[in-house]
Amino acid sequence: MSLIVRFMARLAWPLCLVYGLYVVLHGHLTPGGGFQGGAVMATGAALMLVSRGWSREEAESHERRMHWLETLGLAGFWLLALGGLLHGAAFFHNWPANTGGLFGGAVAPGPNAGRLWTGGTIPMMNLAVGLEVLGGLSVILHGFGRVMGEAERDAEGEKREAGDVE
Amino acid sequence: MRAWLKAFALLAVAALGWQVATGLRFGEPGSAKTDEYYLAHAQEETGANNVVTAIVFDYRGFDTLGEATVLFTAVLGTGLALRRTRKGEEGEE
Repeated sequence: MSLIVRFMARLAWPLCLVYGLYVVLHGHLTPGGGFQGGAVMATGAALMLVSRGWSREEAESHERRMHWLETLGLAGFWLLALGGLLHGAAFFHNWPANTGGLFGGAVAPGPNAGRLWTGGTIPMMNLAVGLEVLGGLSVILHGFGRVMGEAERDAEGEKREAGDVE
Repeated sequence: MRAWLKAFALLAVAALGWQVATGLRFGEPGSAKTDEYYLAHAQEETGANNVVTAIVFDYRGFDTLGEATVLFTAVLGTGLALRRTRKGEEGEE
């Protein structure tokens, strides 16, 4: 990877991550949501992987963390859905909506500017799905990066065996 | 026999396509009761301004759970496929 590409990736990845988090957190107010924002965050993760020349061990530990993030996201989604059962209603019942608690603000009907602390389980589920998408796409990126790195190393090894390396 | 089956399948698909293209009127759904209910009640019931998200994560949350599970399974499958090549190469060494 050339120096220019790596430098631009280093500039861009935090912006991608923050913008993705913005899309996820405002999923109940603006277009977008967990899946879309998670994909934007995963783009940031891809740029971060480009900007850092990680060793195999570092990449593997990061991949393991991303696997945990993915699993936690899906588990959180399940738990939030099961929360409806705990409150004496159906699976996926939106129990915190309009209660005044966390994310429980009431919304005036009709067009309005929108407030962040509304929507009940919807923003929480958006966050869970966003983390799941970020973790899942990062694991896929790590997998392809590993295979490409092995192919490169194999090609170099064959060259060295053939005596082509000066 | 197979030629007959192919001709029958082609005819069936063509008939279904013709029905969809000409039989249904565009922009006039048979019943819009659910749509109107969502538009009228989504804001007060879920507290979310974005009605699309209210449907995806609240009214139709179960479908979204399936979607998230599909993503999870896809990642697991990709990881498995890419991992196996690596172990095979290590075994050869």
